[in-house]
Amino acid sequence: MSSLSISAPSWARLPRRHMPVLATLALLLVMYGIGVSQYRAFSNIQVVFNVFIDNGFLLVIAVGMTFVILTGGIDLSVGSVAAMTAMVSAWLLQSGLPALLVLVIALLIGPTLGFLMGCAIHFFDIQPFIVTLAGMFFARGMCTFISNASIPINDGFWTTMSQYRIGDPRGNFVSISVLVAFAVVLIAAYVLAYTRLGRNVYAIGGNPQSALLMGLPLGRTRIAVYTISGLCAGIGGILLSFYTLSGAPLIAIGMELDVIAAVVIGGTVLTGGSGYIFGTVLGVLVLGVIQTLITFDGSLNSWWTKIVIGGLLFAFILLQRLIGIRYK
Amino acid sequence: MSDAGNRFRTLLGHRLFWPVAVLVVMLAANTVYRPGFLSVEVNNGHLYGTPIDILRLSAPLILVALGMTLVISTGGIDLSVGSVCAISGAIACLYISRAPDQDNLVTVLTALAMALGAALALGAWNGVLVSVIGIQPIIATLILMVAGRGLAQLVAEGQIITINSGPYRAIGLGHLLTLPLAIFIALAAALLVAAFTRRTALGMIVESVGGNREASRLAGIRSGRVVFLVYVVSAACAAIAGFMMTANVSSADGNNTGLWVELDAILAVVIGGTSLAGGRFYLGGTILGALIIQTLTTTVYAMNISPQTALLFKAVVVIAVCLIQAPAFRAKFRRRRSGTPPPPQSSPQRQKEQVPA
Repeated sequence: MSSLSISAPSWARLPRRHMPVLATLALLLVMYGIGVSQYRAFSNIQVVFNVFIDNGFLLVIAVGMTFVILTGGIDLSVGSVAAMTAMVSAWLLQSGLPALLVLVIALLIGPTLGFLMGCAIHFFDIQPFIVTLAGMFFARGMCTFISNASIPINDGFWTTMSQYRIGDPRGNFVSISVLVAFAVVLIAAYVLAYTRLGRNVYAIGGNPQSALLMGLPLGRTRIAVYTISGLCAGIGGILLSFYTLSGAPLIAIGMELDVIAAVVIGGTVLTGGSGYIFGTVLGVLVLGVIQTLITFDGSLNSWWTKIVIGGLLFAFILLQRLIGIRYK
Repeated sequence: MSDAGNRFRTLLGHRLFWPVAVLVVMLAANTVYRPGFLSVEVNNGHLYGTPIDILRLSAPLILVALGMTLVISTGGIDLSVGSVCAISGAIACLYISRAPDQDNLVTVLTALAMALGAALALGAWNGVLVSVIGIQPIIATLILMVAGRGLAQLVAEGQIITINSGPYRAIGLGHLLTLPLAIFIALAAALLVAAFTRRTALGMIVESVGGNREASRLAGIRSGRVVFLVYVVSAACAAIAGFMMTANVSSADGNNTGLWVELDAILAVVIGGTSLAGGRFYLGGTILGALIIQTLTTTVYAMNISPQTALLFKAVVVIAVCLIQAPAFRAKFRRRRSGTPPPPQSSPQRQKEQVPA
């Protein structure tokens, strides 16, 4: 933002940086407004809650992806890692391990894979795109290696987590997954905004060479963001298994695209260095509301979701371009 | 001795050495596992056998990868090829399915022309986004990758379009001079691209744009146009590949035609030695990469492993090939072999652990 003239008052500087996020917020409100004006049931607060319930896992994974994209990288493995986490937990539960142990083991998968991918990217200087592609293949392959069919989960802890409703007397409720997702969002927002790691992430995304010359730990931060992304994908996978109460080998195929789309719609620049967790939350909500609108409409088919997401992606990238955020 | 050693070292250093070695090892492993693997027999005037099958099935991937090579050599990437395959296949099949006489050659040619036209328009869209508006390629093509699947389903109205057209089927399954027609189509495309890029200055211009777009522009090359062009070529290649894929099964499925082909194509390009950073491209390497991927897939099918688990092997191959080609990895490896103390980090071991995992 240094390109702005020094004479500009500080209030004029803020909106420019926050413009993509504000645009997403405006879009979200407009879409919600359209929904409310068109369909009576849309104004029910439960609709909003349902968007969170149905997209809790997406939110968590998108938070991890935000870290990676902020450094200028990309992580294609998240969907497969989430599926693998769900698959492994279903498989371990089926073989009779206690729920807590399964949870710990399953949550270790994502960060481990993320750490290894981060090492490959940093130490061997291979493109993140290729390394995480390999990670994606690996995790997806492991899913079917474990089982070709979906494994149901009957464990008490899992069903409780899945079915427990936190709500008010009028019957509106959220699931525990939503609370987990909120916790992840808050922690991530804190880390990005107020810790050394968060600043390093922004600095590396802005210009890795300058960051290195400034003495910032380039390698450690890079490996850390892929590990964080892996951890978030792992948590997302657990939430996914709460949501579906099963582990299916083909679940979450193409989810990485939804996640990347959500992050970009949320205003994070893909070359890194600019973006907010709050924007990502809004991006996920936009995707969720589109889905809800199309469900409410009934006459539109599911493929319209993809076309609309594509159109929104285009609109937001164009917006970022127009307001002059550095785009390679 | 030193002469032979030198020659060996040059061979080892050749950029195609490792891909060729991988291919040979895979073929050898297959032959050991199934002695009839390499046998080819003449049946009904056509050649049949696993090697022929591998060639035939790799034709669409070769096509897509050819276009991808050009895009990647300009420093870009085209994620939308799979969607373009699906859209072009759906349009062609839709037109043919509505025609009164599906075996009519004119009908099929019209369908192909329409679908190719649509693909060129999509390629032009990508090209405009990247070269005129200046959006980062990975994200510009991501738009069409996401929306394109929706468009393909829109064209097909969510159905799988089944057709029964002899001429169209021939694109995928027909024969010419005892060999499958698809091989010739892929070969012709490869020769055409090679002729245009290696026999004229075009290839060098593409590489120079990939090396430094701004410098090329200042040197008098219309960088924008070159970038625009490679995306159009990539979409055209993808469209022909889409015809083959749909012709193979005589039906178009908006959801699954060309699914993940963009990843396979990028993989083929990288295995072939073209750097994702742009500035250099190797068409021969790309074709070799596509053959490796198809051989791997066929091997896995032949060994009765589920197609999804095949991804596990693909992951191993990707990591292995990328590591071998990564300069940083080679340097570390060489340093260790020549007796200097190993580097402080234990990362190479970590990496090796991941490969067999």
